[in-house]
Amino acid sequence: LTPHAIAPAAELVARHASAEARATPGSSLLTVLHAIQDDAGYIPDGVVAPLAKAMNLSRAEVHGVITFYHHFRTTPPPQVTVQVCRAESCRSMGSEALVAHIEQRTGCHVDAHRHAPADGATAAPHGSGAVGVESVYCLGLCAVSPAMMINGKLVARVTPAKFDAALDSALSAASQDGQPRAAKEFA
Amino acid sequence: MTRIFIPNESTALALGADDVAAAIVAEAAQRGLDIEIVRNGSRGMFWLEPLLEVESEDGRVGYSNVAPSDVGSILDAAFASGAPLSNCVGLVEEIPYLKQQQRLTFERIGITDPLSIDDYLLHGGLVGLRNALATEGAVACEQLIESGLRGRGGAAFPAGIKWRTVLQAQADQKYIVCNADEGDSGTFSDRLSMECDPFGLIEGMIIAGVVVGATQGFVYVRSEYPHAIDMLNAAIERARSAGWLGESVLGSGRAFDLYVVKGAGAYVCGEETALLESLEGKRGVIRAKPPLPALKGLYGKPTVINNVITLASVPIIFARGAQFYRDFGMGRSRGTLPFQLAGNIKHGGLVELAFGVTLRQLMVDFGGGTASGRPARAVQVGGPLGTYLPESQWDLPLDYEAYAAVGAVVGHGGIVVHDDTANLADLARYAMEFCVIESCGKCTPCRIGSTRGVEVIDKMRAPASTGEVRERQVILLRELCDTMVNGSLCAMGGMTPYPVISALNYFPEDFGVALEAAHDPATA
Repeated sequence: LTPHAIAPAAELVARHASAEARATPGSSLLTVLHAIQDDAGYIPDGVVAPLAKAMNLSRAEVHGVITFYHHFRTTPPPQVTVQVCRAESCRSMGSEALVAHIEQRTGCHVDAHRHAPADGATAAPHGSGAVGVESVYCLGLCAVSPAMMINGKLVARVTPAKFDAALDSALSAASQDGQPRAAKEFA
Repeated sequence: MTRIFIPNESTALALGADDVAAAIVAEAAQRGLDIEIVRNGSRGMFWLEPLLEVESEDGRVGYSNVAPSDVGSILDAAFASGAPLSNCVGLVEEIPYLKQQQRLTFERIGITDPLSIDDYLLHGGLVGLRNALATEGAVACEQLIESGLRGRGGAAFPAGIKWRTVLQAQADQKYIVCNADEGDSGTFSDRLSMECDPFGLIEGMIIAGVVVGATQGFVYVRSEYPHAIDMLNAAIERARSAGWLGESVLGSGRAFDLYVVKGAGAYVCGEETALLESLEGKRGVIRAKPPLPALKGLYGKPTVINNVITLASVPIIFARGAQFYRDFGMGRSRGTLPFQLAGNIKHGGLVELAFGVTLRQLMVDFGGGTASGRPARAVQVGGPLGTYLPESQWDLPLDYEAYAAVGAVVGHGGIVVHDDTANLADLARYAMEFCVIESCGKCTPCRIGSTRGVEVIDKMRAPASTGEVRERQVILLRELCDTMVNGSLCAMGGMTPYPVISALNYFPEDFGVALEAAHDPATA
């Protein structure tokens, strides 16, 4: 690692794992990791060592927590993240067919950011790089299935046409905002 | 001034309620109308959302499935005697779906502005807390036991006995933890409670704190519920400003404060000991019990850990009395349960009723049948670890003991309907796969058993498999499930077999095996 690559990670740790940041009851490694991801968009590998030091934990413990939880990601997020529910209620209303449509439309495999491609080829986790598709298991919108979240916005009774419209509007909103801050600083 | 209500709740928002609210502002300004927009909670009749309500002399008149483009004509109909509209549902309180419910825990939802302290007090808020503050802890625990309230998260353990254990424990610090990691598909009552009546949960937690002598509470909310987290945080802030929380609860001299902690996407953290580990910032790996969390819970201290609905049901028990609450229900299942109609259902939503109602009544009388219009085939009750019930079981009363007697669970009251296009072998495989994804990894039956389960089901269903191979896999699957049920440390591995075995028992044809071959020799 070059010093340049270390600097922002250490800065993230200094900002979110300081005594002040951890003064609220209930603060823990989990809340610090949330703060880092909310700030940077993901949890850069470089934070593991300084975070372990700051919180008096082993690097294995920090790594263990980051990798245990589905919510934490260790790579920069795409411009648009689609989280499609694949739990029972949404299945009963055709979520698996919807997933097939989403994969075809976006050109990316669901959960590609978690799995290495089967053929061993270099990972192209988000298709064009602009969109990532993740499975989630229940968004609590089970009375209006199938449901998804697209860049944090909930959409219910999703049809292929409704997905396409939501994707287009999320993509155009994202391109107006430009790249997420995190991707610029830490990529 | 006329009040117009448009919900600020996730389902309504996911169907465009914010855009409708913006349209109301614009259209009312254009017409010069004197209105006030209230962002209420949802009534829980989700097939009508976004449901716009306009206050009138007779009550609140509803307009269903409102799009922003409908708002102009609704305002004309309501204020200028414009043409009556086809999406007008009349007086909302008179809609049978709502009128036939017994709303106790959810008595305020949809009616009030969830973040208005005035609304909360106007609708019975804090009566329970004031009574609890005037009652000795031991007596309060007896009252809770007397009410018959059992844990609504799924395990159905008597809440009062848990509280009494914590009260009697000697410690320098005790905690109240609210399990709001509502990960079961088909359930949303915790979310609704937090989004539509957060003060109810807050009051319930304060009562728990003053009764058992705990000074800190934590609500552990799953990260998939960002709106619930925002609403709860906003409500806690207001409750703190109003003196409900802090060094002296309502001036009583007793301290209690409350904090929200966000989960990070792990189903197993709904298991109470995994939740406590997660709350301490660790991997959500379950703890072996004993010791019970009531004696050694959060940070090793005595801890009341209850689900959202359990805690949100506490205020009404202390406000109206134990007897009032236990008069609802049947057998050992007292009070009400907010059932959640989900999946392939025409009228999905929240139906709070006393225990004892049947699945068929819920699905037909309230739910109106399937959304697809096709016959319902299987119903999963109690989340992803719940049994699939065929039509022959739909007339059982929903009661913890009656369900347990047929190997099913009421759980958290989630009801997911599947129509006749569902393939139960697919769903059984998914149940095992979900366990692979979500197992915490601590015990072998769950961690390895789920992976083997997927493989066995795949082998059973492979087109090339002969009848003999399939029958062997059936035996293997049963043995595997038996090991998981009896050998797992918690419900994740211990109950994943429930949907799998029920799918196999009731729908063997979906697995490509004959009824006799699928039959369980143990029950023959």
